[in-house]
Amino acid sequence: MMKTLLLGAALLCAGAAQAADTMKMAVTTSFHNSGLSDVLLPAIQEDLDLEVQLLVVGTGQALKLGRAGDVDAILVHSRAAEEKFLEEGFGTHRTEIMYNDFVFIGPASDPAKIADDASAAEALKDIAEAQAAFVSRGDDSGTHKKELSLWASAEQNVDGFGDWYNAVGAGMGAALNTASGMNAYILSDRASWLNFGNKGDLALLYSGDPVLFNQYAYLPVNPELHGHVKSDLVEKLEGWLVSDRAKELINGYEINGEKLFVFNAE
Amino acid sequence: MVDLWQGLAQAFWMVVTLDPELVEIAARSLRVTLSALVVASAIALPLAAFLAVRRFRARRLIIALLNALMGLPPVVVGLIVYVLLSRSGPLGVLGLLFTPTAMVIAQVIIIVPLIASIAHQSIRDLWQEYHDLLISMNVTQWQKVRTLLWDARRALLTAALAGFGRAIGEVGAIMIVGGNIDHATRVLTTAIALETGKGEFALALALGFVLIGLAIAVNLSIHWLSRTEQEGRW
Amino acid sequence: MVTQLFPLIVTGAETRRRGKTLVGPVDLQLEGQGITVVIGPNGAGKTTLLRMLHGAARLHAGSIRWACPTEEARHVQAFVFQRPVMLRRTVEENLIYPLRIRGVAKADARAQARDWAERVGLDQMLDRPAPALSGGEQQKLALARALIAKPELIFLDEPCASLDGRATREIEEILHTAAASGTRLILSTHDMGQARRLASDVLFLFKGRVHEAAPAESFFDTPQTPQARGFLRGDILE
Repeated sequence: MMKTLLLGAALLCAGAAQAADTMKMAVTTSFHNSGLSDVLLPAIQEDLDLEVQLLVVGTGQALKLGRAGDVDAILVHSRAAEEKFLEEGFGTHRTEIMYNDFVFIGPASDPAKIADDASAAEALKDIAEAQAAFVSRGDDSGTHKKELSLWASAEQNVDGFGDWYNAVGAGMGAALNTASGMNAYILSDRASWLNFGNKGDLALLYSGDPVLFNQYAYLPVNPELHGHVKSDLVEKLEGWLVSDRAKELINGYEINGEKLFVFNAE
Repeated sequence: MVDLWQGLAQAFWMVVTLDPELVEIAARSLRVTLSALVVASAIALPLAAFLAVRRFRARRLIIALLNALMGLPPVVVGLIVYVLLSRSGPLGVLGLLFTPTAMVIAQVIIIVPLIASIAHQSIRDLWQEYHDLLISMNVTQWQKVRTLLWDARRALLTAALAGFGRAIGEVGAIMIVGGNIDHATRVLTTAIALETGKGEFALALALGFVLIGLAIAVNLSIHWLSRTEQEGRW
Repeated sequence: MVTQLFPLIVTGAETRRRGKTLVGPVDLQLEGQGITVVIGPNGAGKTTLLRMLHGAARLHAGSIRWACPTEEARHVQAFVFQRPVMLRRTVEENLIYPLRIRGVAKADARAQARDWAERVGLDQMLDRPAPALSGGEQQKLALARALIAKPELIFLDEPCASLDGRATREIEEILHTAAASGTRLILSTHDMGQARRLASDVLFLFKGRVHEAAPAESFFDTPQTPQARGFLRGDILE
């Protein structure tokens, strides 16, 4: 009995021991699903001897983690929310790193005929008119906020939609799974879509409207509010993220021959 | 169906080739859950014995509470632990959020009521059997508890294994308090949730099969260590 | 350890359940030698009387006074039940148990256990799980487990009620030996033959009250109360 207890205590202690230089960063599901983090993190480890622990959550939760001081920095893509975060003093500044784009996914047969549309707004109007099944993230994430703003610019009232509009309250992958099961339209970031393994009858139907561009920014958590934040590591990471090395890796990242991100840090 | 077969095949290969990432995740699952099990048992078993042998005012209330807490959704436990351990929460200075220790804490809270409830029932039955004898032998309260815990040890083992099963398969709470950080707090269940989210059903299933295999292996080895099956004589 | 238990003086002792008197009021004085046998028809309260004297049943009125403080008295008593309670352990571990809770060292306790197992004829079964023994073996084990801590007084509640002739005889032999070496026994039985074979004195219990307390010979030869006479004749008492 005693032996088991001691063993347990030893295990617990072992769990607490970790490498020296680690920091926590909250990132969005779409960023992580893109697979880019699997390229960047090992390079960061190699160049800076820094282990970046990723908390993969929605934009809403990522900002919340930053507010509470549970992470050292966040990397998200929802400009309005980011600016509010800064205004309230939770972050020190905002550094744009790169962008990718959103795409419309839907049944390969394209019942709402959006493939030839001229703009994102037009595509959404077509879907609403056809009342074709549509899956929304519905989780207050950056992608969800983007989708809502697109509906608004297409002069559509989401609250008035019928049964064809499904807010699933889930991450990008789970929402894509749902869309695949229902054979429905969905707004996705390009990376998540390309990496998605359960495409079924779905296909990429519309992309290219500049409003669909998706800017990623890096926000350090304010050390004046949370003294334990590892500001020196955060700064080191920021320096790396805007470096030529990062530029090369980000611009060079491809899935199935398609380039996903465009580095645009200054 | 195709995913199922692919999952089985993939699980097989990952186990045979000792896929390093799988080994790491599975080892962390075991470490977290076994730690939680040891801590939870150290709390729940004496509590169960105490509830069985002592008559006091709040006893019925505590038993009812334990039974009710057995059905507590892990997500709620996770949220409560999260709020407590968050840097802006009351225990924030400990810096435990998003560490394996936080996951152990959440699992302990989830399985203590389960282990205590099951253990309480078997200890109570044994106490009814032993009551007159132990009273006539004038044993102290402490000797009484020790005797009951020892002689009910097989039933208690079953209670502990039930706790283990619940903890190792749990995902909601440890996802919230652990954060599913690669190489830090990712365990089998959170990895399964992650791969499902990516639509990688075969890999998710493979991890699921490994999880099932692990649970069976732990059960068998604990039973074997305690020789329960051979000694099923009383 | 020398504890002076007797005389035991019982005054107006009464035990109730849900307001109904089960046994009492009992007035009694018991001295320190021999085998006291409690007899009486079913439901007379024999078990309750033993439990009351032992201190295992709550006393609602009156007093039970040993020659020493009650707390000390409890330590030199043992109780053997009609249906033996076996610890879920081996025979040896059952025998060791009362010694271990008194702080006897393991090696010493084991030696004593072996000795007692031999005396009651269980030495071949030391490693068997006790709950798997036959009824007679279990009762012999219970008896040895009671005797091993060298109590001054043992209560036995119908110890042979569910045993066959051979087991009964073996138990009685152990009891005779124990009594001869100075252990005080108080035993209930509904077996008149057993009462005659064992008793040095008799308590006749009827409807929760002690109707007669007398030396065995005089009780069996010249019972004083009509109930006792009727009981010995084999009448049905109501």
